[in-house]
Amino acid sequence: MTVERIVSEAKDQFPIGMRVLAVDDDPTCLLLLETLLRRCQYHVTTTSQAITALKMLRESKNKFDLVISDVHMPDMDGFKLLELVGLEMDLPVIMLSANGDTKLVMKGITHGACDYLLKPVRIEELKNIWQHVVRRKKFDRKDRINSDNQDKPHADSGEAAGMGNADNNVKVNKKRKDQKEDEDEDRDEDGHDNDDSSTQKKPRVVWSVELHRKFVAAVNQLGIDKAVPKKILELMNVEKLTRENVASHLQKFRLYLKRISCVANQQANMAAALGTADSSYLRMGSLNGLGNFHSLAGTDQFHNAPFRSFPPSGVLGRLNTPAGLGIRGLPSTGTIPLGHVQNSGHSSNDPNKLQSFIPGNHNANILQGLPMSLELDQLQNNKGVSHIGELPTANSSSVFPVPGSLMDARITGFSNNPILGVTSNSLMLEGSSQQAALHASNLRDGVSAIGFQNGNTLSDFASIDPVSNQLRDSKADLQGQATSINCNSGQIMTSVPQEWNASIPANGAIIQLDQCLDQNNSIFHRTMDSDSIGPMSFVDPLSIKAHNSAMEPSVIEKEGYLMYQSRPQGNHIPDNIGSLEDLASAMMKQDQDNGKPAYGNFGHNSYSHRACI
Amino acid sequence: MDLVKLQRQLVDYRDSLYHECFLDEQFTQLQELQDENNPDFVVEVVSLFFEDSERLLNELTKALEQQSIDFKRVDAHVHQLKGSSSSIGAQRVQKSCIAFRNYCEEQNVEGCLTCLQLVRQEYYLVKSKLEALFKLEQQILSAGGSIPI
Repeated sequence: MTVERIVSEAKDQFPIGMRVLAVDDDPTCLLLLETLLRRCQYHVTTTSQAITALKMLRESKNKFDLVISDVHMPDMDGFKLLELVGLEMDLPVIMLSANGDTKLVMKGITHGACDYLLKPVRIEELKNIWQHVVRRKKFDRKDRINSDNQDKPHADSGEAAGMGNADNNVKVNKKRKDQKEDEDEDRDEDGHDNDDSSTQKKPRVVWSVELHRKFVAAVNQLGIDKAVPKKILELMNVEKLTRENVASHLQKFRLYLKRISCVANQQANMAAALGTADSSYLRMGSLNGLGNFHSLAGTDQFHNAPFRSFPPSGVLGRLNTPAGLGIRGLPSTGTIPLGHVQNSGHSSNDPNKLQSFIPGNHNANILQGLPMSLELDQLQNNKGVSHIGELPTANSSSVFPVPGSLMDARITGFSNNPILGVTSNSLMLEGSSQQAALHASNLRDGVSAIGFQNGNTLSDFASIDPVSNQLRDSKADLQGQATSINCNSGQIMTSVPQEWNASIPANGAIIQLDQCLDQNNSIFHRTMDSDSIGPMSFVDPLSIKAHNSAMEPSVIEKEGYLMYQSRPQGNHIPDNIGSLEDLASAMMKQDQDNGKPAYGNFGHNSYSHRACI
Repeated sequence: MDLVKLQRQLVDYRDSLYHECFLDEQFTQLQELQDENNPDFVVEVVSLFFEDSERLLNELTKALEQQSIDFKRVDAHVHQLKGSSSSIGAQRVQKSCIAFRNYCEEQNVEGCLTCLQLVRQEYYLVKSKLEALFKLEQQILSAGGSIPI
C-alpha cells in the first residue's frame, strides 16, 4: 500500500485508519495494545514515554486523532499528560489503567479524559473508541452555537463533567474546544465555523503575557465571582478577542485557582512558615505550601482563606508585582519585603530567620513552587535563581534562601541540599531594587538553588497576575509570588514531607519570570499544577529575558515528583513566551538539554496529597 | 513423535493450565491476535512479559531490602507487574500481586516479603509452564502440523 493510498483511505473510511498514539511504560501492555489497535485497523504509533508522546504531538498538531495513555508512568503522570494534551492539542484522550478505582476514574474524568479503560484491554472496547473523535468534532460545532453557556461562569463544568453522558461530553468538548480557540490570536468569530465541517479547526487565541495580564486585571476589577466573560471582554478591550475565548480562558483560570486554593489549604502551614506577615502574602503564602517555612507563622491567617476566595487583588494583583512572580527580587533596599512581611505579624517572624522564607519574601513560598526563581535571577541580575532547587525541608530553617540582596540568591540546580536556592532575584517579587535585606544573610546561605530534589519540581507556576506597582510593596510582591509559589509550594510541601531532602516537589512549572517583571507587569501566570493539573493555559510565562539564565529549570520527574532543576544557563527561556505552549516547549527544550522533561505544568502524580482533585 | 499425539498433548496441557488458573481468557485473546501477519505474537508478548517481570522482581527485592522501605515505590512496581500479568493472562501472578498491594498499603514489611516470595514463585511457575507450552507448539510446527485452537 502506498502512503498516499493509506492516507486517503484513512480519511474516507473512518474509523479505519484513525491515527492513535498509544503511551504506556509497560512494554508488554504496549505491545498488546498496539496489536489490538492494529487489529481494529487503526493507524498506531507507540511510545513508552510520555515526554516523547508530547513531543510527537507537538511536532505536528494534526498527526493524531486520539491518544491512549496509561495512568501510571515513570516520567510523567498520565493525568498530567492528559491535561496537557487536552489543553494544547485538544485531542481526545483515553486513560488506561490496571487500577479501576472509582477515585482514579473520577480523576481521569475531571482531568478531561474522554474514557477510562481497565487493563487488560479488550478488543471490543477498542473497537469503539473512534466515537470519541467523532463526538468531539460534532460537539465542537455545537459548542459554538451555545454561546450562552459561556456567559456563565462555569469554571467547574469541565471538572465536573462526567464522561458518561452526552451533556458532560459537550462540556468537556467545549472546554477542549475552547482551549483550542483560545490559542488563536487571530481567531475568527465563532460563527464562522458553525457550518464548517466537523474537521475544521479553529484558530487559537494565544494568551500572551500581556493578554493574560489584561485578563487578570479585568477579573480582579470585577471580582472573581462576578467576572463574566462578557464584562471581562469589555474591560479588556482587545480586538479580535471573542467572548468565547475569554470564557474558556476564564474557565481554565478558575480551575487553576481552584487547584491553587486546594493546595493553599494544604500549605497553610507553609504559608505560616514563610512568615510573611503581609496578609496578602499569606494568602499567597498559603499557597506556598512551604511547610518548612516556619517563620511564616504569621501567615497562617492568610492561608487558604484568602486564597480560596481568590482575592483578586491579593493573589492576582500581587502576582503581578514586579517580581512578577515575586521573584523579582526583594526590594533591594534593606527593607526586604520579607521584613516587611515579618513585621506584619508574623509571630515567629524573625527576619533573620527567614528560613523558610523565600528570599525575603513570601516569595519564598513562591519560589518554592516556582522555578521562577530562575527568572528572578535575571531580573535582579543576580546569578539568579536558576531554579528553585530544593525546597527547604521543614527542618532546615535556613532552607529557604532568601537572598538578602536577592542578588546572591542563587538557585543552584538540584542539589540535595534542601536549600531553596531561591536566588534573591527570583524571590524578590518586588522591584528589583530591594534587597532582601531581610535575611539577606540568611538567605544567602540558604539560597543557592532551589533545587528540587527527588524530582520535585514546581509543577506549575502559579498564575501570577501582573502585579501592579503596588506590589512594590513587598507584600504585594510576595503575595503575587506567594500565590504562584504557593501553588507550587503547596504541592511541594506536601510532597516534601517524605523524602525530600528539602526539595520541594514543585509541581508547578517553571515559573519564568519575566525579567521585566519589575514591577508590575509581568504577569506570571502559571497554573499551579498541583497535581497533574494545571491548565497550562493559565501560565503566562513571563517573558524571560535573555539574561534569565537561571531560569531553566529542568524538571525531572522522579517517581511522580517533578524535579525542578534549574539550569543556570544563559537564558534560554525565550522572551515573551506567550502561550502555554511556548512555555511548555521552552521548558521542553530545556529539558531536552538535560534530557529531562520540562513542563510548565507538571502534574504531580505521585503527589498523593493533592487535595484538590 | 506422532503429530496427532503431539497435538493432543498440547491441547490437554493447555487446558490444564487454564484449569489450574495459570492462564485465563486473556491468554486466549492473545492467541486470537496471532495470525499470519503476526505469527509470533504470543511468544513475543510473553517474552516481553518475562523480561519485564524479572526486572520488576529484582527491583522489588531491592526495594524491600532497604532499611527504610519506600512503599510507594514498591507499590508502583507491583502495580506494574499486576498490569502486565493481567495483560497476558497470567492469572495467578496477577492475583498474588493484588495481595501484595494490600500489604504495601498497610506498610506491612513481613507481609510484603512473603508476598514477594509468593509472586516470584508464581511467576517462575507460569514461566516454566508457558515455556513448555511453546516447546510443544514448536514441536508440532516442526513436524509440519498446525497448532490446534
